[in-house]
Amino acid sequence: MKARVIVTLKSAVLDPQGKAIEGALRSLGVNGVQSVRQGKVFDVELAGNDRDAAEAALKEACEKLLANTVIETYRIEFA
Amino acid sequence: MKPAVILFPGSNRERDAARALKLVAGAKPNIVWHAEHELPAGTDLVVLPGGFSYGDYLRCGAIAARANIMNAVRAHAAKGGLVLGICNGFQILCEAGLLPGVLVRNARLRFVCREVLLRVERADTAFTKAYRKSDLIRIPVAHGEGNYTADEDTITELEKEGRVAFRYARPDGQIDETDGPNGSINGIAGIYSEKFNVLGMMPHPENYIEPEIGPTDGRGLFESLAGALKAA
Repeated sequence: MKARVIVTLKSAVLDPQGKAIEGALRSLGVNGVQSVRQGKVFDVELAGNDRDAAEAALKEACEKLLANTVIETYRIEFA
Repeated sequence: MKPAVILFPGSNRERDAARALKLVAGAKPNIVWHAEHELPAGTDLVVLPGGFSYGDYLRCGAIAARANIMNAVRAHAAKGGLVLGICNGFQILCEAGLLPGVLVRNARLRFVCREVLLRVERADTAFTKAYRKSDLIRIPVAHGEGNYTADEDTITELEKEGRVAFRYARPDGQIDETDGPNGSINGIAGIYSEKFNVLGMMPHPENYIEPEIGPTDGRGLFESLAGALKAA
């Protein structure tokens, strides 16, 4: 089973990298970009087909390692 | 005094830390590999050195914070044992939950490698007794992710409990919040745990201990530790 974990900064946390990317897009002449926030994507392959078990495992992975919940939130998606 | 300096893959200041402990505090530090489960018997100070553990992959300090040895470090801290995290070591302590908050990318996105002025916020801890309160000391920094941040409640609590160890300051002693090296909240350069036995700091006191190299303002920290552990 394949899943995707998306980790993003909480909205209250300043994202200087996103700001720099935003500025770079503007200087490249890409129009209409209002703001950019950078995050991380993890594509994970899981053994078995039990979706609930997979979701529980991924939640544990996020809480233990993939996200720092002081500044980040995460979202789990299944293909 | 029996210090243990923890070595992670990608640490690079472990020898500087060991050298400072030897030259200033007269100690014979053990270098302990991260995969170990126990600290050497009798360890009374754990130092997490600077560097780029695991290449800063995922988040600075995130993977090192989950290493085997960190359980032993956590147990040592829980018993009131002294722990000093410098630079990447500070990031590891935050990721390990031994200190609150987190260190994020410097506000101006630049890696900053230069000398800074630090204001010593209190001189009554095991790490700072050789200084005086409000001393301004010259210490170098070298980091890309030293921007200390935490939620408002945590910052309020740290300030209320006097747990800020050092702040980036200007020569007049005022706090350098807007013009500091990294954009840290309230100019925070280092913080203590609740019981003041764990200190995390971004600047490198271990690199300012020898007059041949420059200022020696970093000596005070190691002298303080030597004094605290001799008295204990």
